[in-house]
Amino acid sequence: MDFELDQDQQMLAKTVADFARNESPVERFRKLRDDDIGYDPEAWQQMGELGWLGVPFPESVGGFGGGFIECAMVLENLATTLVPEPYLASVVLGGMTLARAGDAAQHEAYLTPMIEGETTLALAYSEVQSRYDVSSVDTSATPDGNGYEISGEKIWVLNGHRADQLIVSAQAPGGVTLFVVPRDADGVDMTIAKTIDGQKAAFIRFEGVALGEDARLGEEGSGAAVLDRIMDYAAAAAVAEGVGIATTMLQMTVDYLGMREQFGVKIGSFQGLQHRAVDMYAETELLRSISIAAMVRADEDDGSVRRGDISAAKYQLATGGIWVAQQSLQLHGGIGVTDEHDIGLYFKRMYALNALFGDQEHHVARFASDPSFAEALV
Amino acid sequence: MDLTFTEEEEAFRQEVRAWIQDAMPEDMRETARGAGGFTPEDSATWHKILYDKGWVAPHWPADFGGTGWDAARRFIFNEEMEVAGAPPLSVFGLSMVGPLLISFGTDAQKKRFLPKILSAEEFWCQGYSEPGSGSDLASLRATAEDAGDHFIVNGQKTWTSYAQYADWIFCLVRTDQSVKKQAGITFLLIDLKSPGVEVKPMMTLGHTPAFCDTFFDNVKVPKKNVVGGINQGWTMAKALLGHERTLLAMIGPSRNVLQKLKRIAAHKTVNGRPMLEDPVWRAKIARLEMRFRAHLMVSYRALADQQKGKTPGPESSILKLVGTKLIQELTELAMEVMGESSLTWYNDGICLPVEESIGPYFCYERAATIYGGSNEIQRNVIAKMILQLPSS
Repeated sequence: MDFELDQDQQMLAKTVADFARNESPVERFRKLRDDDIGYDPEAWQQMGELGWLGVPFPESVGGFGGGFIECAMVLENLATTLVPEPYLASVVLGGMTLARAGDAAQHEAYLTPMIEGETTLALAYSEVQSRYDVSSVDTSATPDGNGYEISGEKIWVLNGHRADQLIVSAQAPGGVTLFVVPRDADGVDMTIAKTIDGQKAAFIRFEGVALGEDARLGEEGSGAAVLDRIMDYAAAAAVAEGVGIATTMLQMTVDYLGMREQFGVKIGSFQGLQHRAVDMYAETELLRSISIAAMVRADEDDGSVRRGDISAAKYQLATGGIWVAQQSLQLHGGIGVTDEHDIGLYFKRMYALNALFGDQEHHVARFASDPSFAEALV
Repeated sequence: MDLTFTEEEEAFRQEVRAWIQDAMPEDMRETARGAGGFTPEDSATWHKILYDKGWVAPHWPADFGGTGWDAARRFIFNEEMEVAGAPPLSVFGLSMVGPLLISFGTDAQKKRFLPKILSAEEFWCQGYSEPGSGSDLASLRATAEDAGDHFIVNGQKTWTSYAQYADWIFCLVRTDQSVKKQAGITFLLIDLKSPGVEVKPMMTLGHTPAFCDTFFDNVKVPKKNVVGGINQGWTMAKALLGHERTLLAMIGPSRNVLQKLKRIAAHKTVNGRPMLEDPVWRAKIARLEMRFRAHLMVSYRALADQQKGKTPGPESSILKLVGTKLIQELTELAMEVMGESSLTWYNDGICLPVEESIGPYFCYERAATIYGGSNEIQRNVIAKMILQLPSS
């Protein structure tokens, strides 16, 4: 058993942390949230040059042959200053789906340019009715002799407003299937949607978008299993970000308690507030500890083993992580409820992470319905 | 990062498992499968069996009778003991005063006391709290008056758990009234057979005879029974607290209650099917099981630190806080699953044996958030030592 990052992983974590602190303080996010894109394509390119966008991908496609742990390190550290570049949307959702479902030609055409920072990707999987059921797909893929015609609507496509390629799930005759759709293809129409945490997503309508056979990722009907696996990566990614958010909120709150004076003393000397801060610390450590299990298990092929720890981690984000966010705001008092203070920006990001890739009830139900749940009886 | 044990460690696990299967007497195995409430006599019997095998104190240095296992093997050993439902051993000698003597005792003390702790010839109990000194332990008033080569001890110690089965008690006593309260305390070993000692057992809320009051009336204690030096008692107490914290993570008991409550849920029905198949009840259990997983990962991290010879990081300080709350929530859920049968109180053959164990244990573990430094005191300590919040 070993809970330490190896040297390369430590180096990566440190480089990303330094970047977040020095090159991308929260003011940068503040400036960019009013921008049409919401992030800086040049910074994205820089991340590509630094190799960050390729950490979970094999060397054959231009990646670094790491595992999900490396990905989690990048996400956790970028989250500490709310770096707005679409790492989760493009690398984890779009990129890892392509890596898993695509063939060599598709990797070369779409994945490698993303890894190099030239392009970004998005995964369009959610629909009005689907909530967290990624196999609930009404968007259709109708064969038309040369390929397919895609029609339907996807909602909350993270980075959908900007991605060069959209990976879209659709019902083909053989079942749920994934397709690569250029964002500028005829028949793609989108509305930009602002999100609670100051980022952007897209609502996208596909009206008879014509695609060739080569736009299909894998066999017909293979999409649902891929999406199911990707949602586990995404949940683990949200947890990794959540660790960065919770750790930062805790530190900001402890600093504030040690500085703010009322009744002639530092408010951090009040036992009621001290005990609250300790419970925040406990929940943060629980989140950090179970996130380690989630990031290690994310690459595990045994579904029962993988899902157990990932659901437990997402559940801890939904309970402990959210509670840390709530209490951080409460202990900051009135200033915490202003847009001017950063604590509220982290608060909103934690809620966004909570709402994505399965909420509390989703993961409780999934954990409880696993066959191993009742088998553990002696 | 690696969350798995090595092949050698897994082989060791099999060896331990097979041995426990073989060595545990049939009546104990029966109790482990059912109610799981062991008597102090059961614990003593199991202690002697482990002693004969040489496995009674894996956490002691090999020179003093430990096994020489690394932290991972010790962890696996404990896990296997828990999974088998083996009787818990008395912690006061093996896990408290023993390790303290190994670190701070004189050679004569080590020679005199350690072998008999190992062999179960002598059992120990703890004399810290007093009627007027609970969380404010340093205010304790039991006195040890200097009488040349010995002390004369007077006062009352309370929550001296299992004193009625013990041969010795380790006490904190006041040896200097004139200094700051922490600076006038001495750690003293007292023979409970000494004239002037009286032990009065007290029932716990779970109706187990765990608690005691222990009275000292002009008890003569030789000075050679001081550990760590006169007026060094507070330092000793703090050193001992470090040992206690990981003991109170409640990993084993939590796993145990989780299994029991699932077993009960498999026997009870709701809407015509076993509760364990009902999504609402499964979800309730799942929530606590997921919390247990997160807690287990915190303790694994502490273990991995120990394995590398490092002092466990600050995360280990929350083990008591989280673990004791969790065991209370688990026992409460077990009571809830039992429904009306949670009324049962030491009946025989009325409910399932496993159900009979829940109520008393539920009541007893209300103490978990109080003993070993109440959770409120733990929070004070973490606020100051780890978060470094300002003092009032």
